[in-house]
Amino acid sequence: MKKSIIFIAVGFIWFFSFLSTSSSADVLASFKEEKGTVKVSGGTAHIPVMKEAAKQIMTAYPDIQITIAGGGSGVGIKQVGEGLVDIGNSGRKPTDEEITRYGLKLYQWAIDGVAVVVNPKNKARALTSVQLIDIFAGKIDNWKAVGGEDKKISLYTRDEASGTREVFWEKGLSKGEVAPKANVVVSNGAMKTAIAQDPAGIGYVSVGHIDQTVAAVAIDSVAPTSDTVTSGKYPIARGLYSNTKGDPAKLTKKFIEFLYSADGQKIISANGFIPVK
Amino acid sequence: MSGIKERLLESGFFLAALASGATTLLIFGFMLVMGFPLLSGGLFFNMLMGVWAPGKGSYGIYPMVVGTLSISLLSLIFAFPVSLGCACFSAAIGPSWLSRSFRRLVQLMTGIPTVIYGFVGIFLLVPIVRGMHGSGSGLCILSAALMLAVLISPTMILFFNDSLDRVPKSYQDAADALGATPSQKLLLVMLPYAKKGILSGLILAFGRAIGDTMVALMIAGNAIQVPESVFDAARALTAHIALVIAADYESPEFKSIFVCGLVLYLFVALMISSLRLLGALSHRK
Repeated sequence: MKKSIIFIAVGFIWFFSFLSTSSSADVLASFKEEKGTVKVSGGTAHIPVMKEAAKQIMTAYPDIQITIAGGGSGVGIKQVGEGLVDIGNSGRKPTDEEITRYGLKLYQWAIDGVAVVVNPKNKARALTSVQLIDIFAGKIDNWKAVGGEDKKISLYTRDEASGTREVFWEKGLSKGEVAPKANVVVSNGAMKTAIAQDPAGIGYVSVGHIDQTVAAVAIDSVAPTSDTVTSGKYPIARGLYSNTKGDPAKLTKKFIEFLYSADGQKIISANGFIPVK
Repeated sequence: MSGIKERLLESGFFLAALASGATTLLIFGFMLVMGFPLLSGGLFFNMLMGVWAPGKGSYGIYPMVVGTLSISLLSLIFAFPVSLGCACFSAAIGPSWLSRSFRRLVQLMTGIPTVIYGFVGIFLLVPIVRGMHGSGSGLCILSAALMLAVLISPTMILFFNDSLDRVPKSYQDAADALGATPSQKLLLVMLPYAKKGILSGLILAFGRAIGDTMVALMIAGNAIQVPESVFDAARALTAHIALVIAADYESPEFKSIFVCGLVLYLFVALMISSLRLLGALSHRK
C-alpha cells in the first residue's frame, strides 16, 4: 500500500517536472552542452529573480552551477570589479568612476520601485512626501500625527552598501537626513522581517519584496504598484542592473541573455518588477 | 636516530607556537600600517571621539565604542552570576548524574553558531523586550546584551567548572572533616582556590562578548546614535565593520574600519592585561 503511494507520488513529480521542462525547453536550449559555474553577488532586491532563473536553468542542466549571494549593491560592484564573482548586481547605476575603474559592462533588466512599508496592523497607509521626510528625519515621531495609533515610530534604514537606500534617500527623502536613532538592517529580506515584526516600524523595500507580511504606503496618494512605477507616477524607482567586468564569459552571457528572454521576463514580472528589453 | 626525531618534534612544536604568535602580531601590524595615515594625521582621536555622519564628513566611531562597551559589559553582568551559580551547582552541590548532564548540555551550547542565537533573539527575545518597554523596536542594547549573555555563559561555566574541579581533594576532605556544609565548603575553600580560573573564564567570555558580530548586528539595531538607555538601539564596533566593509576602498568610511579594528584590539588587550594584573596583585596578598 505504502509502496504504491510513493510510486504514484514519484510518478506525479516526474510528470510535472516533464511538463515544466518541456514548456521552456526551447529558451533554455541554449544552455545545452554548457557546464561550469556562474557566481552572482550584490543587490538583495535582485535575489528572488536570480534564484528563480538559476533554479530553472540548473533543473534543466544539472552540470551548471549558479551560486547567488547578497551583500548589497556596493558589495556586488566591488566583488565583480575584483574578479571575485562573475556577475555583480546593483540596485543603482554604478557611478562613472566605478565603471571606468573596473571596466564594468552594465545590463539593466528591470525597473523596480522602492516602496515605503509599515506593519500590516498600522492604519497609516498614506503619507505626503513632506511627512515622509519629517518621519525619517525624526521630526515626526508618533504615528498619531499621520493618522495612526498613539505609538512612537521606529525607523528602519539600510546599510552603506545598499542601492535601495541610495535611491530612497535621493528620490524618497530628497537627500534629507535620516535620524541617527534609525535601526539599520542589512538586506531587503531583513527589512521585511523587521517591519513584519514591529507594529510601529517604518522602512523601505524593493517593490518586488512586498507580500502580505508588510503593507505598502501611498506617497502623495500614489501607491507603489507595477503600473504606477511603469508610468513614472510613483517617483521612487530605479533600474536593477547586473554588471560584469568587461565582456562576460560564455556561460555568464547566456545567463544574462536568459533574463532578457520571454521566460526571464516572466520571472521578472512575476516577482513584481518591470522587465526592460 | 631518536635524537633527530626529538629535534624534529621539538622544532615542529616551536614552529606551531611561532606561527600562532606571529599571526596575532602580524594582524596588529597590518592594522597599524593601514590605520597609520589616520594615526599620524592626528585624525585618530577625532575619529575616536567624533560622531558618525558621513553626509557631513564626520567619520567618528565614538557611538560604536559606547555601543560595544555597554553591550559587552551588560552581558557580562547578566551572565557572570548565573554562570558562577551554575558552575558551583554542578561542581559542588548537585548530584553527580545531574551535574554530568548539565555539563554535557553546556558543552553542546558552546558549539552553537552565533547566527542561530541572533536568529532566535529576533523572534523570541526582541518582541518580549519591545513589549516590556512599551514602545520602540525592541532592537536595543538590552536585547543584544541578554542574548550575548546566553552566548558567553557556556564559556564561563566550563572554565569555572574546570577550575572548581581542580581544587585538591585533600582540601575538600579537610573541610568535610571539620563539619562544613557543602555551601560552606564551596564558599570558604573551593571558590577562593579557584579564583584564578574564574578570572580566566571571565576574560575569555569578555573577549567573546566584545568580539561577537552576529548577535550585535542582528539584535542591537545598529543605530548610529550615542545610546542613552539600555532600550536605545546601538551599533557595536564589530557590526560597524561588517556594515561598512562594503564601502569604497578609497572612501574615508572604509578607512575608519581600521580605527575600529585597532580600538577593538586595544580594548581586549587592555582588558586582559588589567584583569591579569588585578589577579597577580590579589594573589600576592
